[in-house]
Amino acid sequence: MRAAVITFPGSNCDRDLAVAMERCFDKPVARIWHQDTDLPPLDLIGIPGGFSFGDYLRCGAIAARSPVMREVARQAARGVAVLGICNGFQVLTEAGLLPGALLRNAGLGFVCRTVAMQVATASSPFTGSFAADARIALPVAHHDGNYQIDEDGLKRLEDEDRVAFRYLENPNGSMAGIAGVLSEQRNVLGMMPHPERAIEPLLGGSDGLPLFRSLMGALA
Amino acid sequence: MKARVEISLRPGVLDPEAQTIERSLASLGFEGVEHVRRLKVIELDLAHQDRAAAEKAVEAMCERLLANPVIETYSISIDA
Repeated sequence: MRAAVITFPGSNCDRDLAVAMERCFDKPVARIWHQDTDLPPLDLIGIPGGFSFGDYLRCGAIAARSPVMREVARQAARGVAVLGICNGFQVLTEAGLLPGALLRNAGLGFVCRTVAMQVATASSPFTGSFAADARIALPVAHHDGNYQIDEDGLKRLEDEDRVAFRYLENPNGSMAGIAGVLSEQRNVLGMMPHPERAIEPLLGGSDGLPLFRSLMGALA
Repeated sequence: MKARVEISLRPGVLDPEAQTIERSLASLGFEGVEHVRRLKVIELDLAHQDRAAAEKAVEAMCERLLANPVIETYSISIDA
């Protein structure tokens, strides 16, 4: 497994994500700065949570146009797996690698707690190790996690089984309770919850582990 | 040349912040207020001499960065 985590100015979950990957893959994880354009050969690229570029303009907007993202888009088109968590999800929608957009939470508040959700499809490199329809609990911590997409787009996501995770209690007003979506080729996943913060009981839970195990099984 | 870009959410996209402003106005006793919308304004100074070229450039800026076409629309005005 050759994995990398990208860091933008303002990323703050990059180390957590790299540690979770290293722990689960038992391999060193490359750390990539946002201005780098030469990526080593990779199986998996992680776009971490945080507040890239201070959430200026729109969450993820500036990061999505940074030099490294052109290379991420090229690699994603070639089939490399890309996992965007929280701000990483916002970056992927802004970059056009995933449909829809993440708006301010419906309640306007910053939501920071563990929420119950359902694994909506086990048919992806990210979710294969979860039991079908598994109910899990993962931490969320965001102000802009309200997933919105037009009617046709939503129908397409549902018809193509591209909703990866769905909230059981909707914390942010997301359409159809969507917590994570897959790209058409199913090799790009964006999700607001933080699986990297749930990889051992000491952290409050280990429901995030199967996601990394799935990747290990699918890509290594 | 000065350009002014107004960016607004597309009709139908929920704007909880605008809704909250509307409710707050009602709670202050301002009656009959409807459809509060919140816009973003970005002003730019451009070196362009040609108005049409300036407009075209700002339009490209909107498409590539200033607006997110998934959720936003924009309007451009140019002042010579």
